Amino acid sequence: MRADALLDQVVDSAEPEYNFAFLDERTKRAIRRAALKGVAIPGHQVPFGSREMPIARGWGTGGLQLSLALIGPHDVFKAIDQGSDDSVNAVNIRHFVAAMSGVETVTATAEATIIQSRHRIPEETLRPDQVLVLQVPKPEPLSRIEPRVARSQKMHAEGDYASMWLSLYEGVALSGDISMGADYPAIVNGNYLMAPSPIPRWDMPKLHHAPFLTLFGAGREKRIYAVPPYTSVEPLEFSDYHFRVEEFPSPCQLCGATDTFLDEHVDPHGGGSTYSCSDTAYCAARREGSQA
Amino acid sequence: MAYTAVRGGEAAVEAAGRIEREYAAAGTVSAEDVQTSLPYLVDQVISEARLYAPELAARAIAEARGDVAEAVFLLRAYRSTLDRVSNSLALDTDTMRVTRRISSAFKDIPGGQLLGGTRDYTQRLLGRGALAGAASETETDVRGDGGEGLLPRVTDLLRDQGLVAERSSDEDPEEPYDLTRQPLRIPTPRSGRLQGLAGSETGAISALAYSSMRGFGPGHPVPADFRIGYLPLLVEHPYADVPVEIGEIYCTECEMVHHAEDEPGSGGLGMGYGFTLGRNERKAISMAILDDAIEVGNARATGPAAPAEDEEFVLYHVDGLESTGFLEHLKLPHYVTFQSGLDRLRYANMDGE
Amino acid sequence: MSAHRPVLKVSGLTRLFGPGCDACLSSTGPEQETNRCVHCGTTVACADVSFDIGEGEVLGIVGESGSGKSTVAGCLAFDVPASAGEARLCTLPGANMFELDAAARRRLRAMEIGIVYQTPQQGLRLDVTAGGNVAERLLSADWRHVGQIRERAGNLLERTEIPRARMDEPPRIFSGGMRQRVQLAKALAHKPSLLILDEPTTGLDVSVQARILDLIQEIQREAGVATIVISHDLGVIRLLTERTLVMRLGRVVEAGLTDQILDDPQHPYTQLLVNSALT
Repeated sequence: MRADALLDQVVDSAEPEYNFAFLDERTKRAIRRAALKGVAIPGHQVPFGSREMPIARGWGTGGLQLSLALIGPHDVFKAIDQGSDDSVNAVNIRHFVAAMSGVETVTATAEATIIQSRHRIPEETLRPDQVLVLQVPKPEPLSRIEPRVARSQKMHAEGDYASMWLSLYEGVALSGDISMGADYPAIVNGNYLMAPSPIPRWDMPKLHHAPFLTLFGAGREKRIYAVPPYTSVEPLEFSDYHFRVEEFPSPCQLCGATDTFLDEHVDPHGGGSTYSCSDTAYCAARREGSQA
Repeated sequence: MAYTAVRGGEAAVEAAGRIEREYAAAGTVSAEDVQTSLPYLVDQVISEARLYAPELAARAIAEARGDVAEAVFLLRAYRSTLDRVSNSLALDTDTMRVTRRISSAFKDIPGGQLLGGTRDYTQRLLGRGALAGAASETETDVRGDGGEGLLPRVTDLLRDQGLVAERSSDEDPEEPYDLTRQPLRIPTPRSGRLQGLAGSETGAISALAYSSMRGFGPGHPVPADFRIGYLPLLVEHPYADVPVEIGEIYCTECEMVHHAEDEPGSGGLGMGYGFTLGRNERKAISMAILDDAIEVGNARATGPAAPAEDEEFVLYHVDGLESTGFLEHLKLPHYVTFQSGLDRLRYANMDGE
Repeated sequence: MSAHRPVLKVSGLTRLFGPGCDACLSSTGPEQETNRCVHCGTTVACADVSFDIGEGEVLGIVGESGSGKSTVAGCLAFDVPASAGEARLCTLPGANMFELDAAARRRLRAMEIGIVYQTPQQGLRLDVTAGGNVAERLLSADWRHVGQIRERAGNLLERTEIPRARMDEPPRIFSGGMRQRVQLAKALAHKPSLLILDEPTTGLDVSVQARILDLIQEIQREAGVATIVISHDLGVIRLLTERTLVMRLGRVVEAGLTDQILDDPQHPYTQLLVNSALT
């Protein structure tokens, strides 16, 4: 019997056999259908039957399921976390995808066909033939003002975003400016309010009319959504108080860039902060380029 | 800086895994040992993993070195890779071969109170338990073979007298809501609710059920019929179209009632249902309490009156895999988002100066 | 009939709580002495309520609790759906506002209908600033300039006697009377075509009541907004309204000019109301 055979296999052998790219083909199709629906309705959160993955909920299972559902043997995969290929969770995800699919993995952004990222969009502008997969911890932009899913869904359906605007207004009234940091809410395609995942505000303009497809996967909350190429992504702002990206007092200490999102390094001896590019692959490429 | 190092992350991850594997290698507990010595743990894991596979659960517990959440995680992730060979027919729990059955609602019940093996009536003295060789007759967890056979159900007696509130359901009993294939939607059909509770983390629903009993929910519940035993698992024969028994599962069932005359949507006794794979008494009781509490909350004109009555609140927060994963993800680097917030803070402070 | 340009025409407004059956209407009402249908247990909160109201006009709806007067307000503010009937607002010609989809209802409510509830919890976010409460309605109406929003909110709050300096404080720390005035400022934020005051001064001290009623009267006249005043208090009705509906057990039992109704009530129930009033 088949169930017995499966059981024997896993009980007896140390290394069970897994499908190409881990998920079974039916599951991959279901995920691709959800992604396509997301593309058809930009910014709309499509519920999907999120599977339980070998990495923990909240550690990128939504992004991972998208990557695994999209990946083919000829794809080239890049994983970053906080902009870095070498960050612990990015390493884990890259190892897993490589082990389960055998595809080539890279750090050079331009060489990748699928880029899975947590909290950053690469500095280099992606091309139309590349797909960006963002891991999403909280897909619901309204959750900070309305924790009930049943109600926030109704608010989306009715385009009722006044309470979101109100929270922006309160920030201005009480602290003098819009007080939101990362995961800055934006209206997509003039319609739905969307959480862009906790990317810094710096990355928001990269989504607006981007030439590439961005897919958002929230595994724990079981939602997939998308910003298709050349779609408007407008961060909420007032006509007299504007959305503003982060500012840095000095350039990257490694490559000298002044036009990238920087990580701050605090000198434990009180020598003040230094900065370096958060996108480590971009920084390394710039340094190599200047040496050549 | 080390764990978010700009360089060396790959090597660090590898080393961290190696150290963990070295710890693991020092252990000697085999899956077989776990299965024979720690049956309650195995049952908790199969219940929270929603996978009736005691051998695999034992192996997961051994590999996780006793971290229950981790063992559940291993089992669930493994289940994700399996094809669905077939769906069983709906279980008829009247066919349970009972090994233990009690009712707190009546002194005498048809079929009698059947204690089976339980530690309920023993003193919990460390060093004088089963391992110390001082085990009393009732203290061992011998499952029993269910020789008592089928027993009439106390709740059926109450139902026949028209005392139990009928839980309305317009669902197709053969096609329950499948939480492993569809995300939770609120409101969810009762089958979705029961499924969410049956696969929940034991501690999470214990706390919520307890809150309900303390007053943050409907009244004091009474287990009208609480039973443990073996249930035959049937599938439809692919060619012959007849039900075929393919095995048995060991499980816990709890039907809980409470006096609900004054509550909305009820007529007499409110009833909640609990069911778990394996022997999980606390969990089955908690599940029944919450099923009942949610039913009451849904029927209130003004909405749920307490967290335990709130379907969305309960069901979104009791899955162990989801809660532990999201809690533990806080250990991941967050320096980009932190920086973004810092920038706002500094900007605001600058403004004030 | 009023000589004012009509703003709102309501006809046959009915609201049932329960399954409803064919006999609901015939088995309830003042003659049956109940609003609960004996056949199916449905509560007929209000049935067949019809009236119209013109620009600048103030209509009163009076009745004891359970008469259905607040349900009428609730239906017009879309807080509870109407079971039957229609309501036509002059700014939305040709449409029955009860038949609008949810998004259109929300929009209409935000742009055209202001309401002051008896309890401030219902009408305000107590932990959002007073200015923010007023701003919310402007934001709903797509105002996106904070300076302009604050100017408008500040003016309205000042007009309702909340000092501008307190506009960034939450109503949670305000007195009952202040909260009602914030509600009034909020209701008027976007120059609604219809203002509904549902027991606006019930539960307040008599002296506070008097001040708020004066304020309501002044502001209502200034704004020239069609207003419905729901109250069980004949004094409030007499002071504020020109015409009045008397409701009992879900039905209108008498309608006409306020002075006439209060001085020469025709229906036995109205007579009872008037005679038992302290004032």
